Amino acid sequence: MPEPLLELDGITRAFPGVLANDDISFRVGEGEIHALLGENGAGKSTLVKIIYGVLRPDAGAMTLRGKPFAPHRPSEARAEGIGMIFQHFSLFEALTVAENIALGMAPELAKGDLRGRIVEVSTRYGLRLDPDLMVGDLSVGQRQRVEIVRCLLQDPQLIIMDEPTSVLTPQEVEVLFETLRRLAGEGCSILYISHKLEEIRVLCEHATILRGGRVVATCTPGEETARSLAEMMLGESLSPPATDRRTPGEVRLRLDGLSMASDTQFGTDLDDIGLEVRSGEIVGIAGVAGNGQTLLMSALIGEIRAERREAIQLDGRPVGHLPPHGRRKAGICFVPEERLGHAAVPDMSLTENVILSARMRKNLSRNSFLNLPRAARYAGDVVARFGVKTAGVDHAARSLSGGNLQKFVVGREIMQEPSVLVASQPTWGVDAGAAAFIQEALIQLAKDGTAVLVISQDLDELFAISDRIAVIANGRLSTADPVEELTIEQIGLRMGGQVRGRPDTLGAAEPAHA
Amino acid sequence: MELVVNILLGIVIAATPLVFAAIGELVVEKSGVLNLGVEGMMIVGAIAGFSVTIESGNYLAGVISAIAAGALMALLFGFLTQTLFANQVATGLALTMFGLGLAALWGQDYSGKAAGNFPRLDLPVLSDLPLVGKLLFGQDYLVYLSILLVVGVSWFFRKTRGGLIVRAIGENHDAAHAIGYPVVLYRYLALMFGGACAGLGGAYLSVVQTPFWAEGMTAGRGWIALALVVFAAWRPGRALLGAYLFGGITILQLHSQGFGVKVEAQYLSMLPYLATIAVLVIISSDRLKVKLNAPACLTQPFRAAT
Repeated sequence: MPEPLLELDGITRAFPGVLANDDISFRVGEGEIHALLGENGAGKSTLVKIIYGVLRPDAGAMTLRGKPFAPHRPSEARAEGIGMIFQHFSLFEALTVAENIALGMAPELAKGDLRGRIVEVSTRYGLRLDPDLMVGDLSVGQRQRVEIVRCLLQDPQLIIMDEPTSVLTPQEVEVLFETLRRLAGEGCSILYISHKLEEIRVLCEHATILRGGRVVATCTPGEETARSLAEMMLGESLSPPATDRRTPGEVRLRLDGLSMASDTQFGTDLDDIGLEVRSGEIVGIAGVAGNGQTLLMSALIGEIRAERREAIQLDGRPVGHLPPHGRRKAGICFVPEERLGHAAVPDMSLTENVILSARMRKNLSRNSFLNLPRAARYAGDVVARFGVKTAGVDHAARSLSGGNLQKFVVGREIMQEPSVLVASQPTWGVDAGAAAFIQEALIQLAKDGTAVLVISQDLDELFAISDRIAVIANGRLSTADPVEELTIEQIGLRMGGQVRGRPDTLGAAEPAHA
Repeated sequence: MELVVNILLGIVIAATPLVFAAIGELVVEKSGVLNLGVEGMMIVGAIAGFSVTIESGNYLAGVISAIAAGALMALLFGFLTQTLFANQVATGLALTMFGLGLAALWGQDYSGKAAGNFPRLDLPVLSDLPLVGKLLFGQDYLVYLSILLVVGVSWFFRKTRGGLIVRAIGENHDAAHAIGYPVVLYRYLALMFGGACAGLGGAYLSVVQTPFWAEGMTAGRGWIALALVVFAAWRPGRALLGAYLFGGITILQLHSQGFGVKVEAQYLSMLPYLATIAVLVIISSDRLKVKLNAPACLTQPFRAAT
């Protein structure tokens, strides 16, 4: 093992109700790419915040190059040569690239010809950037470059990367990995945080695996399989979701030339979207965040009405002009991406939350009066059938954990027996057990004859549950092709917007080697 | 010609309190905080400046007291909204009510007294030039200070690191915190600057413009200043322009009677406020344009994630 650069010894940090980090020790060598692997909630983010000086540990100590290291704020960590690339970028959309970079640097470093240095460093590492562009106008991949260049300008010895690839196309991931290997070759250490096993296997030399705030294993990822890594991470053996194909029936949901201007400043417009979803099939929409998914979801829910009512059709009837409750009545149910605040009202009870979405289809009100006993029964049914852990249906939605609330929200829609279900990021940020349960439920729903449309950034998930996958890039939707005919590379190219997926261009893409 | 100069002089005097209050609130809003208590801070500044000027006979002491009083009011607002996380809108409204009441109480013994003439710039030759002399080189010192303040704030936001940090905090306080900037501290500082400016604007009314004390003498100027910030799309130069525009409307209202235009005085008094509403409607019609400059975190409370 190379000389240790950073050593952690017994780091412990508690929050009210949880022990986020419990006696964590490991070391990162010089020029080493070290993985920190763990599920959501395993304590990875807390740990890196401690290293970066955002949080302080309750107990334990760190040493950097053999000297005690206890940063009280990020600027102290940066001064010691530690750089951080955040999972949710710490960028300011209304400021330029150069301004954003200046903000993340010590004042002494930000002086002088900063623009020139930005151009120099970005060219040296093949990460082209225009310092005068507004960050709000950049793609997600370009935004990450801003973070990386900002980091590199400070000559870091250790770069912490928190889930850096969750928002990138497979091709952008390749470029990132090349940059990282090159940096490691120059002696810079990298602490790479992820729950994506394949990436860690390909990239990292050592891995420390966290579960429930504790170190449960260390290993050399290259010598492990993705499955063995997953089992170390989850502490249980996995069974992949059943993938027996269903026979699709008649077209239930049809999008026909759906165009819509974005209502937000840096949003993406929808451009002539066309798609058919049949009874009994699951269609996935892949794409990098920020390519129009949010607006597409708003358009499907009816939060923003389509200009032409024929742009959205349910069983051949135009519904583009209907408001959300009208569409529910007609038979489309929705699971929006944000569970707390969009899918559920945080401070309302589970009973009240089922009334909001299932009032019509489940007869939970009559003549403007609510049938509370019936609503409570329905909420109870959802809780029972979907295994939601809660103290009771009169408790606030806020009190549920992420995975449990997501099961509740998905269950609430599924049990309304819709003819079409539209779900955005149905398993985002939930634990693996809940994710598997939700995927299973979606598959079962399709088997029962519902047309299911899933918008997700998780390609593994889409490949696991979908019958066909379309890609949204820059507000345009590719054709939806059967998963058996698609490779990750083809999807990646479409995500980058390079290929407008049509049958005749499919053959031109590279063959699979995954 | 004499009349034109008089009108222009009137506009400057009517506009200056608005310039002070608006530029202060602009900085506050750029940091992501909405302080609706401008009216309250102005009137407390007005009585503080007036009473100290009367008691001490020293204009500088009066002006400094007004600045301190406004900043203290803003500090109270900051404590409630930044430290105790009270709702900014409700707290701002309460601050206005509180300020109006406090000023009325404080000012009971000062009604009917007059403060005398505030010192003016007096340069040899230049100030005595016909027509332009009085307008450009013969104003009271606070007028020049107000212009300097606008130029300074504009320069601060465009050229300094501190200005960049304030803009960043107003744009995305979570990111600013993650990078390591003390969001709450910067917001306190911005608030106190805003309060100081509002207090100064109030003192301009009571010590320079009128110069006497009357209960409720700010008469809604704090609200106009708030509207001006939106009108200016959070740009200092435009705030100055807007303040002079509204100053102009106020003076127009006075002089139109002199020209023999027969309009009920009440309609003319409504004019600045109607114009405010009209302007707000017009510039708000383009949502994207307003959003482009509006600080994205405006009115959102910031709690550091622990």
